[in-house]
Amino acid sequence: MKSVGKNIPRLDGYDKVTGKVKYVDDIDIPDCWRGEVVRSDIPYGRIKKINFDKAFDWDKVMTCTYKDIPGKNATIFLSDDQPILAENLVKHVGEAIVLIAAPSASKALEAKKHITIEYDTLDSVLSIEDSRKRKNVIFGKDNIQAKYKIEKGDVKKGFAEADFIVEGEYRTGFHEHAYIETQGMAAIPRPDGGLTVTGSLQCPYYVLKTLKSALLLDETKINVVQAPMGGAFGGKEDYPSLLGMYVALLSIKSGKPVKIIYSRDEDIVVTTKRHPSIVTHKTGVKKDGTITAMEIDVAFEGGAYSTLSPVVLSRGVIHSAGAYKCENTFCTANCYATNNVPTGAFRGFGAPQVFYALEMHIDKVAERIGMSPHEFRLKNCVEVGDRLSTTQLLKESVGAKECLEKVLSAADFGKKWRNNLDTCAFKHLRTKKGIGLSLYMHGGAFTGSGEGMKSEAGLRLNKDGTISVLTGCTDMGQGSHTVLPQIAAESLGVPAALVNTAVPDTAVVPDSGPTVASRTTMIIGSILVRCAEKMKKKLPDLKKRDVKELLKTYYSEHGELKIIERYILPPEIKWDQEKHCGDAYPVYSWAADVAEVSVDAETFEVSVDKLTVAVDVGRAVNPVLVEGQMEGGTLQALGWALMEDCIYKNGKPVNNRFQTYIIPTAKDAPEWKTIIVEKPFSYGPFGAKGIGELPLDGGAPAIANAIYNATGLRITSLPITPEKLYSLYEEKNKIK
Amino acid sequence: MNLNINNKIYAVSAASDETLLNILREELHLMGTKKGCDIGVCGTCTVLINGEAKRSCVVKLSQLKEADAILTIEGVAQNEKLHPIQEAFIEAGAIQCGFCTPGMVLTAKALLDKNPKPAREEIKKAFVANLCRCTGYQQIFEAVELASKKMS
Repeated sequence: MKSVGKNIPRLDGYDKVTGKVKYVDDIDIPDCWRGEVVRSDIPYGRIKKINFDKAFDWDKVMTCTYKDIPGKNATIFLSDDQPILAENLVKHVGEAIVLIAAPSASKALEAKKHITIEYDTLDSVLSIEDSRKRKNVIFGKDNIQAKYKIEKGDVKKGFAEADFIVEGEYRTGFHEHAYIETQGMAAIPRPDGGLTVTGSLQCPYYVLKTLKSALLLDETKINVVQAPMGGAFGGKEDYPSLLGMYVALLSIKSGKPVKIIYSRDEDIVVTTKRHPSIVTHKTGVKKDGTITAMEIDVAFEGGAYSTLSPVVLSRGVIHSAGAYKCENTFCTANCYATNNVPTGAFRGFGAPQVFYALEMHIDKVAERIGMSPHEFRLKNCVEVGDRLSTTQLLKESVGAKECLEKVLSAADFGKKWRNNLDTCAFKHLRTKKGIGLSLYMHGGAFTGSGEGMKSEAGLRLNKDGTISVLTGCTDMGQGSHTVLPQIAAESLGVPAALVNTAVPDTAVVPDSGPTVASRTTMIIGSILVRCAEKMKKKLPDLKKRDVKELLKTYYSEHGELKIIERYILPPEIKWDQEKHCGDAYPVYSWAADVAEVSVDAETFEVSVDKLTVAVDVGRAVNPVLVEGQMEGGTLQALGWALMEDCIYKNGKPVNNRFQTYIIPTAKDAPEWKTIIVEKPFSYGPFGAKGIGELPLDGGAPAIANAIYNATGLRITSLPITPEKLYSLYEEKNKIK
Repeated sequence: MNLNINNKIYAVSAASDETLLNILREELHLMGTKKGCDIGVCGTCTVLINGEAKRSCVVKLSQLKEADAILTIEGVAQNEKLHPIQEAFIEAGAIQCGFCTPGMVLTAKALLDKNPKPAREEIKKAFVANLCRCTGYQQIFEAVELASKKMS
């Protein structure tokens, strides 16, 4: 292997390290107007009147309302229930009502002050509990945006066989993406009368779909271009369809280029969050550690509109029984509407919530029967030949046990765990040490037969003898636009330096499906392998010394060579969406984390000293980038576990600045050790599987379990703050 | 007022309460310096003023003197040749989305110019006011250590 498995430096490294890379706010757009958005400041109500101050000179600015939308007033996702601009009803704080564009940012802001909205307020629903009780019905007939049931075996029988039954409830809150580059988009009129929409976005074809439907334009009149992205993490999956429409509407009406760049507080208030959750577990277990039954209920808060919630919930419930052998499982799941901001995609996509619940609960179950957390997991961990809760048979590429064994040995888990238990009760120790474990997996690509949509990707030979990867999938920092060229170069047998990735522009690249679901390396990579095989047959022998000259000559003689192929779903995948039964994902990536913490016995402050992560990615195409994904994603999990929480009052986030919404800093970063395990997947490019979301799934429960090991305090709601630890400590001591 | 930025003199006409960040981006079109939070918390707008790392979003023009030497990311590489810190950031995998990178590189430069062989704890302390949401920070620390070796 010359390219795959090598630490090829990321192709955008030079531009990023010199400041030359142009994010959307850096692009020089002559005569560009700035946009602003007038929004609802109530969680639920009818719009009575929009007042445009008569004293203000409205000739100098452009405004738009829903009446300016020629087509469908909705973002196009699963149920199209979210309006682009509110008509007569607002369902959450921050919902857009009026758009403004002006020649300068200050003029647009000034105009904003001269628009007021009158409402008839309605009784809002602001929590999972109130929505579940149907305090008011704000969505459909019953506030339920999506529901699923997954059944395997017979849980009644399983509970009857159990020696013990262990129950638990686990909660998580709103989690903010906090990409350092806020959301921003620009619309630029084209010389041919069409419109280019560009910006910080994960899925150019998602944005294009909404633009086409709302503006009644076809793809010859509109193209969407991804600008380099300053982080996304799922936050720029669905939201850019709204923001793209705002700039497009303003640009079409004013005839000017228009740009909107969110301020940090606006971004935190109006964009999607991770779904808050309540997950309950009831587990039957025998004295010898055999799990006889698992009954799990998953409740997510979907916010005001359903956006991507049905698929987030689906992924959540499918992962809820985790990587354990159990004959009898029964999992139910509901997503509840509220009048909070719509929740949406966030790295992990429903899995982090269920793994936080499961992996804390597993420790509790192990403790109940007197087994250590690691012995219990080693006994029950799935292997090839086992079936998951959806009855999916695991045929290959199952590194769960190897990850577990490697992480336990690297961190010397057993010895430390026992030692900490022995010292946990020592009152004289100011610092209590703890060690905790988690075992988890993440299904690669879309659920079930979702990848049957036949995504396209391609390769193009360029005039200068280089080859470009053509894909609508985007690099948001994860490094896909280095990894995909590595895969293409390896398959073609050319040096990696000859392959690059074309800018994702819907006028140039095919629809590869969205950049989500840890699917880019595995799905797009495997299409590229097939493209390369075809391309190789057309080209002369590439084993010659000067490949670039050879390719240049070929181009000058034959012209551009472009190969586009479609994804082919592995034929044996069988999935029943109705019953949520069968092969939920083509393959899973597996991992195990060990967290080591110090807890200050007086202040209850927690610091994470070390995180050891073992991960089965099938094949690490670029090991340094794999480490970057694992460390960075796990640090986001650390933030979610210990400090991050959007606090809402009457539908409004209170902590909407980086001073009050705290994310991990260099001081909070633990020492990292990443162990790569490679159990190749036969349908993955060179065996590779997905990696992007996996690291968010395991960090929080490993840290929570470590805190329990250190203190004997099991905090069942995130984030685990010193205040929660202190009050649980007080409660326990009072009872004693 | 004149400002010395990357050893070049720029005449600026902004009001005295304008921030250095807005002057760099809006008036001088030096777009390498990024805006992340605009309240001096995230560090993505870090520039060096007389060798000290400063958050340009909270530095007002009125606080600057014409004699001040301002260094932005555009002035770190010389004639397209990367500075060893920049090379190290690429080699160590310290870059993902790249949005915090200009601020990180300048913070690294301020540190290494004063303390050519910093210990890991000293590096951690120097970066405490530069947020990165993509990495686990370790690859950034490793880049600083690699740069330190390259520069010695």
